[in-house]
Amino acid sequence: MRHDIVIIGGGPAGLAAAVSARKQGVEDILILERSESLGGILNQCIHNGFGLHTFKEELTGPEYAQRFIDQVLELGIPYKTNSMVLDVQPHKVTYINRAEGMVTVEAGAIVLAMGCRERPRGALNIPGYRPAGIYSAGTAQRLMNIEGYKVGNKVVILGSGDIGLIMARRMTLEGAKVEVVAELMPYSGGLKRNIVQCLNDYGIPLKLSHTVVDIEGKERVTGITIAEVGPDHKPVRGTEEHYECDTLLLSVGLLPENELSRAAGVSISPVTNGPVVDDTLETSQEGIFACGNVLHVHDLVDYVSEEATLAGKNAALYVQNGAKPKHEIPLVAQDGVRYTVPQTIDIATMADMVTVRFRVTGVFQGRSVCVYYDDQCVTRLKKKVMAPGEMQQVLLTKKSFVGHEGVKTITVKTEEN
Amino acid sequence: MDYDVLVIGGGVTGCSVARSLSRYDLRIALLEKDEDVCSGTSKANSAIVHAGYDPVPGTLKAKLNIEGSRMMPQLAKDLDIDFKQNGSLIVCFDEADKPKLQELYDRGVANGVPGMRILTGDEVRTLEPNLSRNIVAALFCPTGGIVCPFGLTIALAENAYENGVEFRFNSEVERVGRIDGGWKVELKGGKSLSATYVVNAAGIYADKLHNMVSGKPIKIVARRGNYMLLDKEVGDFVSHTIFQLPTKAGKGVLVTPTIHGNLLIGPTSVEDADKEDTRTYAIDLDDVVEKAALSVKDGKLPLRKVITSFSGLRAHEAGDDFIIGEAAGAPGFFDVAGIESPGLSCSPAIGDYVARMIEEKAKAPKKERWIGTRKGIVKTRDMKPAERTKLIKEHPEYGTIVCRCEQISEGEIIDAITRPLGAVSMDGVKRRCRAGMGRCQAGFCTPRTMELLCKYRKLRMEDVCKNQKGSELIKGANK
Amino acid sequence: MSTKELTCIGCPLGCQITVEFDDEKKQVVSVTGNSCKTGDIYARREVTNPTRIVTSSIPVTGGDAVRVSCKTQRDIPKSMIFEIMQEIHKASAKAPLKIGDVLIHDVCGTGVDVVATRNVHAAR
Repeated sequence: MRHDIVIIGGGPAGLAAAVSARKQGVEDILILERSESLGGILNQCIHNGFGLHTFKEELTGPEYAQRFIDQVLELGIPYKTNSMVLDVQPHKVTYINRAEGMVTVEAGAIVLAMGCRERPRGALNIPGYRPAGIYSAGTAQRLMNIEGYKVGNKVVILGSGDIGLIMARRMTLEGAKVEVVAELMPYSGGLKRNIVQCLNDYGIPLKLSHTVVDIEGKERVTGITIAEVGPDHKPVRGTEEHYECDTLLLSVGLLPENELSRAAGVSISPVTNGPVVDDTLETSQEGIFACGNVLHVHDLVDYVSEEATLAGKNAALYVQNGAKPKHEIPLVAQDGVRYTVPQTIDIATMADMVTVRFRVTGVFQGRSVCVYYDDQCVTRLKKKVMAPGEMQQVLLTKKSFVGHEGVKTITVKTEEN
Repeated sequence: MDYDVLVIGGGVTGCSVARSLSRYDLRIALLEKDEDVCSGTSKANSAIVHAGYDPVPGTLKAKLNIEGSRMMPQLAKDLDIDFKQNGSLIVCFDEADKPKLQELYDRGVANGVPGMRILTGDEVRTLEPNLSRNIVAALFCPTGGIVCPFGLTIALAENAYENGVEFRFNSEVERVGRIDGGWKVELKGGKSLSATYVVNAAGIYADKLHNMVSGKPIKIVARRGNYMLLDKEVGDFVSHTIFQLPTKAGKGVLVTPTIHGNLLIGPTSVEDADKEDTRTYAIDLDDVVEKAALSVKDGKLPLRKVITSFSGLRAHEAGDDFIIGEAAGAPGFFDVAGIESPGLSCSPAIGDYVARMIEEKAKAPKKERWIGTRKGIVKTRDMKPAERTKLIKEHPEYGTIVCRCEQISEGEIIDAITRPLGAVSMDGVKRRCRAGMGRCQAGFCTPRTMELLCKYRKLRMEDVCKNQKGSELIKGANK
Repeated sequence: MSTKELTCIGCPLGCQITVEFDDEKKQVVSVTGNSCKTGDIYARREVTNPTRIVTSSIPVTGGDAVRVSCKTQRDIPKSMIFEIMQEIHKASAKAPLKIGDVLIHDVCGTGVDVVATRNVHAAR
């Protein structure tokens, strides 16, 4: 079997990539989705706040997903659910399902859209017992919203990422008492709106620069001790506070799921934990493209859709036109810019406009985002405030490179206003 | 008498004794306080099969270690257990400590450990490029191995069960007392059972049972060890098991691949710990990191890849040897106590050793028909595509992957639950087929595995436990 | 006269805004601490008429899913969130369902319906 484009993942990224590739004129597309339905993680994100940029209205997760699922259905793009990809090689995808067994298909191009997973407790080395009642926020979200079960009555949440905040409200509405949200960093990784509407609305305290130092209970969680941390993120003795509770929710970060990408020989950035891509979102392996949370963790799904649309289009162009010679110029992240996606640009073949997405390393007030072509500053954007929790972007136009054809390095950094 | 033999304790020792005893025509039951076998020391240890250079020659420990280590390859084949002789290296950081390395070598020779060699620092680094420049020499033991401790314990238990041993779970022993011609064993909750012989394989609580029946008390203290388990992505960081030569500064910690391809570092050693305290401690985890780092090239230990940490209690006896045999003044009551490292390595030999002692007394004949082999759960991820497709055509449940990280199919989980002595809890599923053992630590597969437990164990979702009663995962339905 | 402290949700800056409110006239007297017009608008609305969308999920019978997610079709007064949740907790639905199908009509007399936010097909 052969398909022009195989898309791995039927969440928001995979769906948008498929729609875009089809609109670019590629007929033979296959979406492979590991769970029982299309839509990915949005299916369990039943809260509102999605799609303000894309649809100019406030949708819930399932509604946002359905808009793209409907397009996939209308365009008649083939997809397989309950089909888990086991291996990816350049131009080859191996998957498994009940009907076909283990199948390897040839692929003209491959789009990686596998999303991300939550960091587990173990990654944090939280000391204490290992009882029942410790959930990553997303697992609890699935159990509550999709299956309809109550995961706990008295809850402590570690991590103020958006999923943790959303779950604080969700559990409160279902009758649980959320005692506190503890956040290791001196700032929250979540959106301001979620802090106000998920915590403040319900009087749930947010303790910044705090972490969990003990988990009690042999069978089920019976209590959690949190403590303040110093600048080294180590707990400060004497600041311990104990909470009686039966549940600990963890919302301590997301990790792009790139095991398949690695197996395919795709270079992975140690900063984003996602593939290194050029301005067409092609990875280091020819014909393999990446988008969405597998590429880097996004704050808003709108940007996932936008990025995936680009990846789908470029995968289609690759199938139609073949590989182009590459003259890639590296993008360097510096001085408060943690990374950039893409990591390289080919100014000869680039689109009229390339969106460079990035995150900053801390909370910055009154700093500017600056783009340098070698030593020359070509863009300077004043920002009132930037925070690590919110993705930033700068736009680089093809026009701006006129007179800079010999540029060796493009640097994105922050500077004092 | 209800039974000929009651084995108390469903760890690797108790299960091995039960399996060895099942060769004989005896009525045997194994009592386990938790919901499953492999719930105590056997589930949280280094998972190493020691070559046998460590125990003092002439001790029971030395004898059983050598025997157990020799038996392991065949046993692994017979019972379909994941085991590999990956070889171990005992590394030495100081020229001045080299005589101690030689001492270990000599001890190994005296114990009968085959194939050992002393390597130079450079030879060590050629073998293991990620190891520290400070290593000046190492003892290489090619017969050192790694094993799945859950797999070993569960396989022994299943095979014992297959051969007629009865397993009674959630059966905590409260009292043991002498009765005419045998023993009365009282369980928590009021039930009591009688047997001619009792095997005390109660791990860290073996002293409690022993001291109920013998005038010559023993003391078992718990030694707590913390470990950290790292992602499979870095499982090939080393290929041998790397021990540190014990020095004045301490026993050191190991860095080893696990049989399933993770990297394991640890353990710490905290003496006389609370017997219920299976906590990890920040100070201990820091200690693991600090000590493991010594074996490794500067700053190369991939600590960002830690996926979980855990804590285990080892049953240490003051005399530092195993206590195996009839308790003083208690004929028919057999202790198998103080089974700390290398207990896992010794377990096959301990089983046979204890079984022979009982058989001699009981004069029980061997069974005519005894099944010496057992087939484990299929591992679809290791199958060839055509073979796998064929299996899925016959049993579609092997075509749905439930645990993404370890690529465990629904079929494997169903088998883990429905096979003889199958899993009743989430941990039971995890230890049998590795669902939930991977890098996301059961984040994705928990709801699905819970459903499968409900379906095949006829449970309600709110009854599904992580392990023993009281560890229910959810609190009922939403309003 | 009373004062209320708010965190603006307009942007990541999260200005701490102080609103002086005349309780008798039910009027905002002053808004301070905001750094832009968005903050002013948000604060006035939040003090005089705070509203929210409520989302949840309810049980479904006869479908390819056991729950259907739902939301209040429009904003409802913030003070009524828990009252509305009580109604949602009592509700259930039958498959098939489409996005937008009304699950609770005019919830708690707000004039707002609770509607499905996902499709649930009839069970095969």
